[in-house]
Amino acid sequence: MQAMRQLNSRTVVLPVNDVDTDQIIPARFLTTTTREGLGQHLFHDWRYRDDGSDNPEFVLNSPEARGCEILVAGRNFGCGSSREHAPWALLDYGIKAVISTEIADIFRSNSLKNGLLPILVQPDVHARLLQNPGDTICVDLTTTTLTLADGSAVTFPIDAFARYCLMEGTDQLGFLQNHLGDIVRFEEQRPWTP
Amino acid sequence: MGTGSPTTLFEKVWSDHVVAAETPDTPAILYVDLHLIHEVTTPQAFTVLRERGSRVRRPDLTLGTLDHSTPTTPVASFRDLAVAGDSAARQVQKMQENCHEFGIELFGFGSEHRGIVHVIGPELGATQPGKTIVCGDSHTSTHGAFGALAFGIGTTEVGHVLATQCLLQRRPKTLSVEISGRLAKGVTAKDAILATIGQIGIGGGTGHVIEYRGAAITAMSMDERMTVCNMSIEAGARAGMVAPDDTTFTYLEGRPRAPKASAWEASIERWRSLKSDSGAVFDRSITVDGNRLSPMVTFGTNPGMVVAVDAAVPDGDGGPGFRKALDYMQLQPGQRLSDVGVDVVFIGSCTNSRLSDLQQAANMLRGRKIANGVTMLVVPGSQQVKKEAEALGLDQIFRSSGAQWRESGCSMCLGMNGDTVPRGKLSVSTSNRNFEGRQGIGARTVLASPLTAAASAIAGKIADPRRYL
Repeated sequence: MQAMRQLNSRTVVLPVNDVDTDQIIPARFLTTTTREGLGQHLFHDWRYRDDGSDNPEFVLNSPEARGCEILVAGRNFGCGSSREHAPWALLDYGIKAVISTEIADIFRSNSLKNGLLPILVQPDVHARLLQNPGDTICVDLTTTTLTLADGSAVTFPIDAFARYCLMEGTDQLGFLQNHLGDIVRFEEQRPWTP
Repeated sequence: MGTGSPTTLFEKVWSDHVVAAETPDTPAILYVDLHLIHEVTTPQAFTVLRERGSRVRRPDLTLGTLDHSTPTTPVASFRDLAVAGDSAARQVQKMQENCHEFGIELFGFGSEHRGIVHVIGPELGATQPGKTIVCGDSHTSTHGAFGALAFGIGTTEVGHVLATQCLLQRRPKTLSVEISGRLAKGVTAKDAILATIGQIGIGGGTGHVIEYRGAAITAMSMDERMTVCNMSIEAGARAGMVAPDDTTFTYLEGRPRAPKASAWEASIERWRSLKSDSGAVFDRSITVDGNRLSPMVTFGTNPGMVVAVDAAVPDGDGGPGFRKALDYMQLQPGQRLSDVGVDVVFIGSCTNSRLSDLQQAANMLRGRKIANGVTMLVVPGSQQVKKEAEALGLDQIFRSSGAQWRESGCSMCLGMNGDTVPRGKLSVSTSNRNFEGRQGIGARTVLASPLTAAASAIAGKIADPRRYL
């Protein structure tokens, strides 16, 4: 996982509510046994026409979307299945942060463990972002602030531990393994065993 | 939380598994009692384990099955896997290799216990009250029907549990959903949970663990409670729970992995304390009037877009999302759902593939034929369910009516194994998600109970099951 402190990027806006993980990556692409190369299937059934060519109506296919690292989406992004292939596909495509008013629990948890930053904003900020696709905005994890194109800044909530791991580019397994002594003690002392 | 203050069922199970308490800087370390694994969400986790030179810390608390990428036609050899596609076959093979290498028990094709991960856990009696249960699958919420704290995790977390038997978690909030009253004839657990999701909204449970309570829940069988808890995630809640009671204990007694003899008595005593104390405070509470519920069907592209089967497609909010969903479904506001033609009927999935689900559908189909032009697939949740259903002759009823009777698996719920709904076709499905393309590219899914699905197969249109009872 790459360390992340600041992110400056234009936004690409997908103004659809309740984007589920089946849209982010359809189940038929989950038969892979690796996490690489999923970006080609990102939003597959919205992004490509039946003949496999790009769907010009879909926002990621617009010339302005090229190189955008921040996706602004409608509320309740990432609902549905627990497939971690969803953040893997977004990251492989080049998206590094997703902004919405609501982000589904499992998707958010999976994103944080892979270096994809889920950012929750208030409805007024969200509305401004939705109305101004292509704005260059700045995400600063060190101060947990989001600076909009007009220079105004808002803070966003993020779990302290997840933030630390993102900033250090470290995964969370090491932390758990450092507590192996506590885990063994818990197993020995619990009054019943599974 | 001071001792003696009233606590919820969730809080009891949570606090019983905290290895290290959460702090502002770090999440809690939560112990996992049962880790269920399947072929789709584990290969990358085993790769990480291998890269780190880690072993599986508690293979004895880990159970594997093959369900998502498996054919629902018989599998005698590796060649038979090909119908699900080459990459699906390779994924199944990888799971077999991983379980063998890391010493994990796998219910593979030779096993009579193979089946959908959320069907076999309870069936084996491995799912028990008060346990923490996780799986790389969002419908792990199913196991909460037993008073377990059960939730879906991602593949990175699967790796955490394999390596340490623990997860890093922030404590979620609690949501009480009381389903009061008594469900009318023809109204099932599926209808109750669809109506509940319609009321909460598909993101309404985000950040919460639901406890289902009330007379309608208490009256339900374990199969029905599992249907309810299964769809908690469709309201955004990672977990749903029901306090264990005699219905739970009767279900579990004598099952292969349930405690035996004196351990059984001790377990029952412990399990009886697993309920929310009177006066326990939930972060939120809602009530659903069970007396007033009808059979429910979805009309849009998420499980919250749901109405009574005898109603018309609503006008909605008129927003772009609503219009987009109706366009996809090829439905109009004001259109009566009972006029909508059906191409495919699917009875199966971790929501509704247990013996009682199949019995309900079979009872309706007995002596009847499915309509011309309808393809109907009945996929039992496990090989055990299949065997029990066949012993009762249900397979014969389904076959005589014109339906196909298959081997167990997730099948057409998500179409990973080649069982898909053709483009543009309308499917009445007992599964849990009606997302765009869920059952196949361009497939239109209407979620319903097994009764409504069977009635719709007979009518060739979306049908009110009460007319066929």
